[in-house]
Amino acid sequence: MFYREVGQFKSSYAADQSIFPILQDRLGVAAILAIAFVGIPLVGDAFFLNAVMIPFLIFALAAIGLNLLTGYAGQLSLGSGAFMGAGAYACYKLTTYFPDTNIIVLILLSGFAAAGIGIVFGLPSLRIKGFYLAIATLAAQFFLEWCFIRVSWLYNDNISGAIEVPTRKVFDIAIVGPTATPLTRYFVVLGIVVLLTWVASNIVRGRVGRSWMMVRDMDIAAELIGIKLLNTKLLAFAVSSFYCGVAGAMMVFLWLGAAEATSFSINVSFQVLFMTIIGGLGSLVGSFMGAAFIWVLPIFLRAAPGMFGVSINSATVEHLQFMIVGALIVVFLIVEPHGLARLWRIGKEKLRRWPFPY
Amino acid sequence: MTASAATGGGEVMLKVDSISLSFGGVRAIQNVSFDIIKGEIRAIIGPNGAGKTSMLNVINGFYHPQEGSITFKGETRQDMRPYVAASQGIARTFQNVALFKGMSTLDNIMSGRVLKMNRSFFWHLLHYGPARDEEIEHRRFVEDIIDFLEIQHIRKTPVGQLPYGLQKRVELGRALAMQPDLLLLDEPMAGMNLEEKEDMSRFILDVNDQFGTTIALIEHDMGVVMDLSNRVVVLDYGAKIADGTPDEVKGNQDVIDAYLGVAH
Amino acid sequence: MEVLYNVLINPFVEMGSNPAFFIKVVWEGFVAGTLYALIALGFVLIFKASGVFNFAQGIMVVFAALTLVGFHALGIPAYVSLALAIGVMLVLAISVERLVLRPLVNQPDIILFMATIGLTYFLIGFGEFVFGGDPKVMISQELGLPRGIYRLDLPFGRVVIQKLDVAAAATAIILVAALAVFFSKTRIGRALRAVADDHQAALSVGISLNQIWVIVWFAAGIVALATGIMWSAKSDVSFALQIIALRALPVLILGGFTSVPGAIVGGLIIGVGEKVGELYWGSLVGGGIDSWLAFFIALVFLMFRPQGLFGEKIIERV
Repeated sequence: MFYREVGQFKSSYAADQSIFPILQDRLGVAAILAIAFVGIPLVGDAFFLNAVMIPFLIFALAAIGLNLLTGYAGQLSLGSGAFMGAGAYACYKLTTYFPDTNIIVLILLSGFAAAGIGIVFGLPSLRIKGFYLAIATLAAQFFLEWCFIRVSWLYNDNISGAIEVPTRKVFDIAIVGPTATPLTRYFVVLGIVVLLTWVASNIVRGRVGRSWMMVRDMDIAAELIGIKLLNTKLLAFAVSSFYCGVAGAMMVFLWLGAAEATSFSINVSFQVLFMTIIGGLGSLVGSFMGAAFIWVLPIFLRAAPGMFGVSINSATVEHLQFMIVGALIVVFLIVEPHGLARLWRIGKEKLRRWPFPY
Repeated sequence: MTASAATGGGEVMLKVDSISLSFGGVRAIQNVSFDIIKGEIRAIIGPNGAGKTSMLNVINGFYHPQEGSITFKGETRQDMRPYVAASQGIARTFQNVALFKGMSTLDNIMSGRVLKMNRSFFWHLLHYGPARDEEIEHRRFVEDIIDFLEIQHIRKTPVGQLPYGLQKRVELGRALAMQPDLLLLDEPMAGMNLEEKEDMSRFILDVNDQFGTTIALIEHDMGVVMDLSNRVVVLDYGAKIADGTPDEVKGNQDVIDAYLGVAH
Repeated sequence: MEVLYNVLINPFVEMGSNPAFFIKVVWEGFVAGTLYALIALGFVLIFKASGVFNFAQGIMVVFAALTLVGFHALGIPAYVSLALAIGVMLVLAISVERLVLRPLVNQPDIILFMATIGLTYFLIGFGEFVFGGDPKVMISQELGLPRGIYRLDLPFGRVVIQKLDVAAAATAIILVAALAVFFSKTRIGRALRAVADDHQAALSVGISLNQIWVIVWFAAGIVALATGIMWSAKSDVSFALQIIALRALPVLILGGFTSVPGAIVGGLIIGVGEKVGELYWGSLVGGGIDSWLAFFIALVFLMFRPQGLFGEKIIERV
């Protein structure tokens, strides 16, 4: 009885098209934003921000990127890790050449570098579809990983092959680098993620999002209606890679503080893919849910035995993690292939009728 | 129900000339020529496998004929490209409903407006402003189509959940959203009961009457063909065996032998 | 100019100036190729019969080998261990069919594909949990695999070939021939092809999907075991093999997803191409290009022939 639409009529098409047409949804989102911007900084300690919130937000953004490409445009990609890496290394080079430019601007610009690479590796989608395209994205993954090792220009010819984040300040506050506090970094990440999520929601509810879904559902019919397939697919690759690139740059500059070639291996690609699947393909909200689930679960698994007084060594925990995540993927695909987002929507449907069962 | 547009005479909208189409060794269409006059309803009939859908696919630009040419609105081409056909004003429905199953009715019909929507990608990043104005403008147009086809009640329903008859109606709506000059309908009444057929026939006639849209129609129900169309083309095994008004074709012996049969 | 010379001329000069070495490189590529082909064969089996793209084939190879070595480490004689390992693969096939395939019957292919990715992760974790993550040595001697070398004295030099490699190639050829015959001539083979085309239609003519799937996954499991034995006889059993198994994907692209002979031809092309490419061109860019060369070869191929060398041409109908 709390979640009812009765009485909420829309008197203009504009109102009908808004992201959250139902008042309760709007209130819910406002509450979440309040918690994120005010509540968590007040309550959370450095560990919580560093180990839970910041990576969760970063991975959620990467999951949104993959969701746009795979969930909305239907192009399966197994190379998100590499595109994240492309963004990270691009940001590193940009800040090496332009040390005085605002680092936040550079993080956003590095997304464009990743987008460019995404377009190049999206070109095969002209002729290739489905699994074959997934294999082409694997080519991107392995090639870029190789570049991160062999092209020493990328890591400024550093002997160790790794990159370390230098200190950069905005308005005299250290944003990145060893002296940046978790709180500062958290706010920057939160701001970027909220902004880019809003942009993503704008894209998907308009003409572009619709063309992507048309290509996903039946590309032949889409072509016969007048969609230029290659342009639409390449745009999806570009936007998706932009998001992954920004996420990757944030991962290095605002979370880890350093990176090496293995930071963007195929395991990262799979992690992001699992987040998108479990969260729900074709749902932006789902990307957040999936990221929370996949990211928080291992932390919980690591802490749980201790809570029950049982001690398991960390290697075993990692193995169990793989097993549980793998099994959960299968379970989710069986029970609800549309992921947590669909379960959430079903839950809301039930809320409409609560407390009446029918 | 009788058709109202002119029969014979008038400007030619589409002409196919000596079209031949093969797939490997299979000859789908053999040297077929006919024309469609602006404003008329042209039926294409024939037994299964005659090449009727293949003919529509050639007109659309989905299949490319080995021989022959297509003249649309005065311009002659060796073959069509789908984008060219769509932007020049050819829209179509499909034998097996080709709707976008993951989207709602409204979104499916809105997808027909895609060629008319020109605001660049960057406006969409903001949504507020030109992109939203354009979206609302086209929404108004699409709502008129929804009213016309009487499908307001299923506006937001995902089309995968709709019954077959309604899906066909949504598909017609999507084609209409393209504001086509030539509308190709591939068995629009297939699988419908009498009431649904009457509704669909009424819509087709209204589209032809009110919007002046030229229509090419593949259909097996002879009653519909006779009542709706101005002229008929009959195909059999990929070749044209008759071409004329419904009465002429009905009496043609070849057509009776190949397709119509005799009343017992 | 120098670059052009290095890329287009020099490698061939090097090939010609030391033919014995070139033959050795090609042979090694051939051997690697047969192993890729065996992995691809497992993919093709499952894809041909169920339309499922089994991403877990690579980890099945590792898992099968680990099981074999694991049983032997418990003191069980080699051939009994082999029989037990085959038994485990049967259990695996039955479990996968019951727990993964049956609940997902008739779902779109992409869902099944993602389920096999989940299965891969599960098997990685399970394998590491049961057997531990460090590399193990394959029990080649106990299984009676040939050791030693053949020495070939050719006009331009001496070429040394491992007997084990010849055995691997022979095994691959026998397996492929047997499977090709099986698919085209036997009743079950026909049923498998029917299932690959259309689950529902196959069900409606009375083919038992469950039985077919168990048979096929079991067969793929046996192929995986054979591959695991051959491969780790050369270089130990470790989970790194799983990533290398991903290189079977370009093999599938070249050969076509549904073609048994295609898996072999594709495997050989990729294997030889990789080795030759790495040794003669790799040094130009710092080496290590074999991690992605196979994918690029496949990608270029895909642009011109999307269905692979032997695959069925995809005709789209509206």
